[in-house]
Amino acid sequence: MQLPDSVRHAWYVARKDLLVEFRSRTAILAAAAFVVLVLMVFNFGRDPTAVSNVDLAPSILWVTFTFAAILALNRAFQLELENQALDGLLLAPIGRSSIYVGKLIANLIFVVTVEVIGVPLLALFFNVRILPVVGPLAGIIALATVGFVAVGTLFSAMTVRTRFAELLLPVLLLPFMIPPLIWAVLATARLLGGRPLSDVAGWLKMLAAYDIVFVGVALLLFPATVNE
Amino acid sequence: MLRAERLRHSYGPVRALDDVSFTVHPGQTLAVFGPNGAGKSTLLRVLAGLIQPQGGRAHVEGGRRAIGWIGHQPQLYGQLTVIENLRFWGSLYDTQPTGDLVARLGLEEHAHRPVRALSRGLVQRVAIARALVHDPTVLLLDEPFTGLDRMAAEALSLLLGQHAAAGRATVLVTHNVEEGTELATDVAFMRTGRFVHFAPRSGRAASDIAEEYRNAVA
Repeated sequence: MQLPDSVRHAWYVARKDLLVEFRSRTAILAAAAFVVLVLMVFNFGRDPTAVSNVDLAPSILWVTFTFAAILALNRAFQLELENQALDGLLLAPIGRSSIYVGKLIANLIFVVTVEVIGVPLLALFFNVRILPVVGPLAGIIALATVGFVAVGTLFSAMTVRTRFAELLLPVLLLPFMIPPLIWAVLATARLLGGRPLSDVAGWLKMLAAYDIVFVGVALLLFPATVNE
Repeated sequence: MLRAERLRHSYGPVRALDDVSFTVHPGQTLAVFGPNGAGKSTLLRVLAGLIQPQGGRAHVEGGRRAIGWIGHQPQLYGQLTVIENLRFWGSLYDTQPTGDLVARLGLEEHAHRPVRALSRGLVQRVAIARALVHDPTVLLLDEPFTGLDRMAAEALSLLLGQHAAAGRATVLVTHNVEEGTELATDVAFMRTGRFVHFAPRSGRAASDIAEEYRNAVA
């Protein structure tokens, strides 16, 4: 079966980004090291008698993922500027939305890789029981990640040609990340606290709605952000 | 095949294009000469559709698929090998690089080396292969000979000659009159965003055109 052109082109862009990252491994190693260090520092810095692990772990998990994701998002369009490859992408007979979706897929794979490293470490350092809730937890992580990576990919394209891109990206992105982060933290806390799945269904719906809205908005706005 | 109609574009108070019009037909090679800041690169970017002009319109028959572009930068990924770069760019045009193209540019023995490990001249050769990978009918070249070694410059001249002989159009911009004249069927001089001269080359020698250029843009 032949895939639609837009899907194929998006996959070519994503595959290229992942291959470039696989060759250099700079961003993934930096993000992974960041996750390990933050979780370790919080583990040794906390007072277990003051706040329980189950209450503390969700916030730490999502703060860690947030900043690790920003590392990935910063590099998403940076590699296109290295030799003005972005011009080549814009000149190619592919839709601007294929470029955006390709970048989104690559960023999602990158951030999910970092999250796959982070979740077991959280279980190890904070002694929280992940296995009984691994399915619903994966759902929360997936929904929250799609939302903030979708917005982050758009802002990464907007800021990459500015002088202070690495500073500007978190300044623009963090306010938009607050809603999905709050919902993700609340849902994760309830899951780890042993509450039934029905208790987090509302947060999951909110995260799904956020994803739909912001992926749609990003697809609409992306062409305007990359055109001169 | 390629038409510019009253193109206008400014960067703040600086006029990069000021009422530029011309047509390039199949088989023609237009060489645009001008000093730095004359608006040559902006002209190519407008023709390629990378910049939306503030006035006028540019039309390339066949659209973006028909255009091959060589800019100031090679538009390659340093971490990827030569062949991976060519395959990626080819895939966006639903094609793949041919062995013939790689061979004509003398890249066979470098095909599996990462681009970042290549010399400037070799990188420029890969950039030429990237621009030609989809067999474009219109070539837009911005200072294409910059950084090329003698062998690569000869290979590029040969490829451009074959491109024109196949009835395809080329626009090349450069500040080096000697480099561009050999290939040109038509010559334009550009100054402060305007064409101050546009005529067929008509067999004139590079030295004559260089003299005319000095008089026109001085």
